[in-house]
Amino acid sequence: MKTIEDLEKKINSELTTKINISKINHNQIYLNINESNILNVVLFLKTNSETKFKQLIDITAVDYPEKDRRFKLVYLLLSHENNQRVIIDFYVKENDIISSITSIFPSANWMEREVFDMYGIEFKDHPNLRKILTDYNFKGHPLRKDFPLTGHKEVRYSENEKKVIYEPVKLEQNYRNFDYESPWEGTKYIKDQTKE
Amino acid sequence: MSKEKKTLNLNFGPQHPAAHGVLRLILQLDGEVVEKADPHIGLLHRGTEKLIENKTYTQAVPYFDRLDYVAPMNQEHAFALAIEKILNIKVPIRAQYIRVLFCEIGRILSHILNVTTHAIDVGALTPALWGFEERETLMNFYERASGSRLHANYFRAGGIHKDLPTGLDNDIAEFCNKFPKIIDDLETLLTDNRIFKQRNVDIGVVSKQDALDYSFSGVMLRGSGVPWDLRKSQPYDCYEQLDFKIPIGKNGDCYDRYLCRIDEMRESINIIKQCLTNLPKGPIKTNDGKISPPSKIEIKQSMEALIHHFKLFTEGYRVNKDEIYTAVEAPKGEFGVYLISDGSSKPYKCKIRAPGFSHLQAMDYLIKGHMLADVPAVLGSMDIVFGEVDR
Repeated sequence: MKTIEDLEKKINSELTTKINISKINHNQIYLNINESNILNVVLFLKTNSETKFKQLIDITAVDYPEKDRRFKLVYLLLSHENNQRVIIDFYVKENDIISSITSIFPSANWMEREVFDMYGIEFKDHPNLRKILTDYNFKGHPLRKDFPLTGHKEVRYSENEKKVIYEPVKLEQNYRNFDYESPWEGTKYIKDQTKE
Repeated sequence: MSKEKKTLNLNFGPQHPAAHGVLRLILQLDGEVVEKADPHIGLLHRGTEKLIENKTYTQAVPYFDRLDYVAPMNQEHAFALAIEKILNIKVPIRAQYIRVLFCEIGRILSHILNVTTHAIDVGALTPALWGFEERETLMNFYERASGSRLHANYFRAGGIHKDLPTGLDNDIAEFCNKFPKIIDDLETLLTDNRIFKQRNVDIGVVSKQDALDYSFSGVMLRGSGVPWDLRKSQPYDCYEQLDFKIPIGKNGDCYDRYLCRIDEMRESINIIKQCLTNLPKGPIKTNDGKISPPSKIEIKQSMEALIHHFKLFTEGYRVNKDEIYTAVEAPKGEFGVYLISDGSSKPYKCKIRAPGFSHLQAMDYLIKGHMLADVPAVLGSMDIVFGEVDR
């Protein structure tokens, strides 16, 4: 078993230019790489006889709408032999298409589908890239920061039509998002109302 | 004359009792043999991750109860640990023991449900009737400590919400003495039962390599002979100070997974007993007024406590900018929280890693070539709960 420092050194010496930033925090290795290197880095970490990150824990994305490279993709790997975790991340633009790692880890299949569903990020060479968690005719990508919390459509059973129907969301009361960090300014919708 | 091969498409669920919730499984059958399984999930998707991004850290805790709703506190644990690691809080030792105590109760709750419903799926009804009585007792313990049977909302960053009420520890100890007998009874019904074995032995076999490749964790991984349990390998809270064994399977089939769960229940009882005998006295949450709310008496007497109380229940505590992944060994496998904080009192991103999601993904691989009747057996042994798969 290798210590986390040895492991980080090993990864850095083997992958050198492929890694932009590497650090150890909370007893986990964080690697920042370029989007084009994802397949190489993951394949190395999985197959190398010393790193042995044989299990893919999860793939996810983070949305930073104000950035030019809007999405951060995150890959979490686990090595049973070394008892260590590594977190790989890289930033991509909204319309970038990322290489799928399903050829290396079959379990990436659903995880990439989830990222596609939630953030609208597409993957190249994915065997079956379609929505996974949202409704069959759902439009939009709910985990993007610009997607409203209440959504756009609501469903109910219509007694007249004898089926479940979709309607635009109607709220009896506005969603009250209090800004507690400056409690004396009031919320935005109240300010909007008083201006009118 | 050439015969044309015809396959039949069958919709299994979403309203099928053996689907363990709202799974829509589209099966392609050649006679009775399954050629392809395509699980459609998301029918219970509630957007937990999106909701958590819009709530303070304290308000986010109850959402974790609603993921895997048969073992709610185990999930809260992962979230609490993530915040504690970022804020670098030391949890009082009594709180650690109580948390582990309730996590193990959660494990028993989940395993009883799984073992007995798995038995129903393959045709044995009695175990469920016996097992659910014990679940009721355990949920009573939940209720006495937290106020509710299922959605506990009990763990906090820095400790737990309230100390145990008087007498609860004795009642749990009493339960621990009685429960092994119940497990024995369940085993007499199932372990050597000819039908149960016929339905489970050599069904849904997972090799070691495939278990790793398909991101399996928990019993699904251990049933295939991989000795891996986060309670041992990456111990959190007071697991390091406790003495327990990790049951490992050999063949990786449904039957081995059942045996692992039975043994894990015995080990959990063992852990609970140790927690009760070692339970120290002392505080049950961190005394940092910026994170844990003051007691009612303090609020009446101290202005500072009153301000803390007001700030904690309006704004909530702030968590400095950081990024962390923490995982716990939930009954179903590795339950992880990937948390990104941005210095405000709400998480910027909270990805929930549910074990069932990866397990269900392997459905097609597990069931290919099996008979239709094996589908419920495999599903049952995977221990799927849709609260956590769909999130």
